[in-house]
Amino acid sequence: MTAPLEIDGAAAPPRSNGELLFAEPWQSRAFGMAVTLYESGAFAWPTFQAALVARIGAWERAHPDNCDYVYYDHWLGALQDVLAEQGAVSDAEVAERAAKLAERPAGHDHRPGSGHGHGH
Amino acid sequence: MTESIPASLRTEALEQLLTERGLVDPKVMDGFIANYETKVGPLNGAKVVARAWTDPEYKQRLLADAMPAIKEVAWGGGANGEHIVVVENTPTRHNVVVCTLCSCYPWPVLGLPPNWYKDPAYRARVVREPRKVLAEMGLELADDVEIVVHDSSSEVRWLVLPERPAGTESLSEEELVPLITRDALVGVAKVAAP
Repeated sequence: MTAPLEIDGAAAPPRSNGELLFAEPWQSRAFGMAVTLYESGAFAWPTFQAALVARIGAWERAHPDNCDYVYYDHWLGALQDVLAEQGAVSDAEVAERAAKLAERPAGHDHRPGSGHGHGH
Repeated sequence: MTESIPASLRTEALEQLLTERGLVDPKVMDGFIANYETKVGPLNGAKVVARAWTDPEYKQRLLADAMPAIKEVAWGGGANGEHIVVVENTPTRHNVVVCTLCSCYPWPVLGLPPNWYKDPAYRARVVREPRKVLAEMGLELADDVEIVVHDSSSEVRWLVLPERPAGTESLSEEELVPLITRDALVGVAKVAAP
């Protein structure tokens, strides 16, 4: 349980909530994609929410100790589920593109733990 | 089936595919992200509460039908604001909000939820042992105070109207706003006098 943090510390990168909204850059992109698609009418919010509930529930049943819970992993998974269900983007297409991106030279690889080292 | 691929790569791949297909414009997306990072936040909820504390007629309307009353004062727009209900704390009744299934939260008045709100431990425990969880978060409630836990869903999102603290009678609506914290609007804290 995290203690409430200072809301208006002077030191701060953007903090609308008293804490950073996104732990890593990809999380803000995953968030932004879902919101942008919703705003453009690609899906109703409850559709996405139901997919998110399903993802979180499945993870919690498989991990009763709640270790290594990363909320935006489930957000991203839910978004992929909705888009696959709609026929907009399949998991296979995502996997194929991700494999291509992974082949970039090290300096262009943004994977955690390599290249620029966003991880750790 | 793509879980073995790092989330950062999957995200980048998905954004490229959506952009190429004309489904997402990255510049538009940047705008939405910036909006939630810098503009839509608990200040909206604080303004609503300060109005309710200083205008009894407004408070009645807010409790009876929150959506139009909130929109009069502050509204962030967008998702997660379909139906908001306001519940009032009293000396004998304390309301606290959770989303047991995911992370439902009234974005237009509070912005995005803090990490503890999305955490499996909070979501499971505040329902089972609210008094203990609140005490761990720094809010000790007397045994005779009834605690009501509201489970948010895609149908209803809850906003707590905290008690106005003693000693703030002379403060104006504008002076009250900065006292009202995000945590008080979720029900895991009280508002303190300055």
